[in-house]
Formats: sequence, structure tokens, C-alpha cells
Amino acid sequence: MFRLRPEAPAATVPVTVEGRTLLVPEGASAAAALLLAGQVSTRDSAVGGGARGPYCLMGVCFDCLAEIDGVPNRQSCMVAVRAGMAIRRQRGRRSSVTGNAGVPPACGPEARGPR
Amino acid sequence: MTRCFDAIVIGGGLVGTAIGYGLARAGLKPVLIDEGDVAYRASRGNFGLVWVQTKGLGAPHYQRWTRASAAAWPRFAAELEENTGIALGLEQQGGVQLCLGDDELARRQGIMQEMQREAGNFGFEYRMLDRAELAAMLPGIGPAVTGGSWTPYDGHVNSLALFHALHRAFAARGGVYLPNRTVAAAEAAPRDFRIALGDETVAAPRVVLAAGLGNAALAPLFGLSAPVRPQRGQILVTERTTRAWPLPLGNIRQTPEGSILLGSSEEEVGFDTAQDPAVIQKIARRAVLTFPWLAELQIVRAWAALRVMPPDGLPIYDESARFPGAFTANCHSGVTLAAAHGALFAPMIAAGALDAALAPFSASRFDVPAAA
Repeated sequence: MFRLRPEAPAATVPVTVEGRTLLVPEGASAAAALLLAGQVSTRDSAVGGGARGPYCLMGVCFDCLAEIDGVPNRQSCMVAVRAGMAIRRQRGRRSSVTGNAGVPPACGPEARGPR
Repeated sequence: MTRCFDAIVIGGGLVGTAIGYGLARAGLKPVLIDEGDVAYRASRGNFGLVWVQTKGLGAPHYQRWTRASAAAWPRFAAELEENTGIALGLEQQGGVQLCLGDDELARRQGIMQEMQREAGNFGFEYRMLDRAELAAMLPGIGPAVTGGSWTPYDGHVNSLALFHALHRAFAARGGVYLPNRTVAAAEAAPRDFRIALGDETVAAPRVVLAAGLGNAALAPLFGLSAPVRPQRGQILVTERTTRAWPLPLGNIRQTPEGSILLGSSEEEVGFDTAQDPAVIQKIARRAVLTFPWLAELQIVRAWAALRVMPPDGLPIYDESARFPGAFTANCHSGVTLAAAHGALFAPMIAAGALDAALAPFSASRFDVPAAA
């Protein structure tokens, strides 16, 4: 669906999108990498679970949230790619009590983790 | 042009809309006058707690009124949701006030003991939780937390949804909403009030002053007094996470959608609504001492707003002695007390007189006693 403009610099920077390696131009955003990888929907809403994709591509709408190098909920349109960057779709909410593996979740319908 | 109503409510925030909705529900035709977005709008800046356990030390009538509101909340919310289709996210499974350090815990325990003593036959159920109990209940709790107090009465709600729903329900019940109007002039006589709003005038046998900080200037026009001052509070909001805790924790709560709200401050800075980085830092530091894992979360929003604070921190409810039919309602707990305002206070106004239980809330408590 999305492709590079002819005048774009050559795709030389290797990143992984959902585990798959892809070359993207230097200076491109992580959101652009997601789109180039064919991920039109880059996250699932944290509330309703619906698919969302990069909309404004300028740091305003927060619809391009993605997990970048293990950090959840990053605005992928505001992050420039680096060689070896690991980019993943943001699937619903991030987990709450991070760094506390083994601690049982609190009660409530969503206690079993992100959708 | 003069339009006649059964009641004029001045103030379109949570207090005014809750009362307006309650009046319309009681079969009256009310008009709601709202200054608009130039107003300070505590209703848009609050934390969203339905909170009981910190209210009314040394003033058992305030504890009783707050409890009455908490008890009225489930039905009030259900009816609003049914009438408007707006989900309020009310949860009332109790709440915990967390303490850092031994002094804070000892103080908290003393307050709870005293409030139970003051409650007498009315009762006041609470339990002090030690660190081990809290750790089992609240994953990721920090080593600085020494304990906390629990009561079954506390809860929280989406206060913006509440605000929206109250406006909707008010209009659906036939209430007339006049936004972007300020009171240009007021004429008061017993059970006969006329308010000039620029190009039009509204008239009614009842008027309710629910204009928050604006009440201070309005009250004297009706033979009333409302010596309220602004008190600034600041709030931080994190990105959404999976459910972290089963209940709200006073100045930390998680919405059903996953955002975590961190509060709060009590700042005496007049009508200054600017944010203060030093205060933001203090709020964040306490939150991270309470739950160290919160430090990993991004803050996505932060704001400051002004509480409506009477001199002793207790609400003001009054009827004018000089102009019967004129009432005031002032408080800093427009969310907690919304159910009381809609389901208890408004029916009193519809009936024409405040209940004796509200007598201690009269602003006459601030009058200097006459010299002997």
C-alpha cells in the first residue's frame, strides 16, 4: 500500500518490524518503517481494541504508538530509525507492574494482561 | 424579554448541573446559567474520586453528608447512565489511603479512630492495613509504604463523563441551558428573583448560587455570604496500562480505561492556574516512592485547576434569611457530592426549605460572634 517516493534516499538501514528484517532509508521514522513493512494498522486501541494507524505523522495524534526496542507506547512517528531497531505493533495497554515478574496481577477483568 | 422558570441555577459546573438535574427530576422547570469557558471550571480539573475517608474530622455532619452522597451514588449513576447512555465508570468497592513512613501511618490511624468515635451510633467502618496486607493486595508496592487505611465507602468515577451526562440529563428533563452568560444585574425579593443577562432576563421564585468561586461576589446580591477562596491542585496522568490495583488509592487511582492519575497538591496561590514544575516533581516523587514501577511510565498529560475552598474546608449550604428562595451551594468535592446535590439537596430546594441536617453548613458559622 505504501512505497518510497522515487527521490527518497536508498533504503540502507536494517530494522526489524514484527521480527522481520527490513531496510529503510536513513532518517526515516519508525512509523514509516511500520508502513513500509505493510503494517497499515500499527496498534490496537487500549480501550476498545480497534485497529489504529499512523494518522498525523507529526507527533500530535498518538495513534502511531508502537513498541520500540522493548519500550511500549512510543510515538513511532517521532523516532528516527537506527540500525538494529526492533519495532513492534502496540497491542492494547502496556503491562502495569513491570520489573515485578512473578507478582500476581490485581483482580479485575483485565488482570490477565494486555489484549 | 423576560422568561419565567421555576428555578434559576447560576453555575454550569458539576454542582450547578447536579442541582439543576435534580430540580428537573423533581418536576420543576429550571434554567441553568453558565458563564462559559472563561470560568475557572473546577469541574474539568478534578481527580474523579468519590471519597469519604478523609472528610469530616471534627465535623461529623460533613462525614454524614458525604456518606449520604456515597450511598446515593449507585442509584444516581445508574439512572444517569440509563437516561443518557453515557457510561460513568463508577466503582465503589472501597478505597485505601496509603501512608509513607511511621509518622504518617500513626497520624492516619489517629484520624480514623477519632472519626469513628465522632460518628457515634451512625458508625464508621474502617480497617488499618499493614504493609504485608497491602503488598498482597497492591502489586509492586514500594518499601516506603508503611500501611494504610481502608473504608468500604470510597470509590471513583469518570468525572468528565459525569459532567457530560448531567448536562444531557438536565436537557432531556426539560431544563434550559444558557451558556456564555454572565449575571449583569440581579433583583431579589422573597421568592421573586430576576437576573439580567445582557439581552434577556430570567425570573423565578427560586435561585440557587452554584457558581463555585463566583459565588463570593454573587452571594451578597441575595443576602447571602460565600467566603470561598481558590486553592490550586495539580494532577499528572500516565499512559494506559493493564489493571494495576483493584481499588482507588486516594491520590493515586487508575481509570477503567487504564490511565493512572497522580495527585495532588494544595497550593495557596490565588487565581493562578499555571503549572508549577516543583509541585509536579513532588507529586511524581511521592508516586514513585509508593510504587517504584510507576517511574517507567510516561506522563501524557498534566494540569492545574482551582478548588473552591471555604475557610474551614467544609461545604456551604444556605438559604437567604432576607430573601427566602435564594440558596447557595459551595464545596470542593463536586464529584463526591454530586449524588447528594442531585438526589438530596435539589429535592429540598424544590420543596422550598433546607433540611435541618444542613443547618451546620450555613455560612453564618463564619460570622464573628457579637461582643458580650
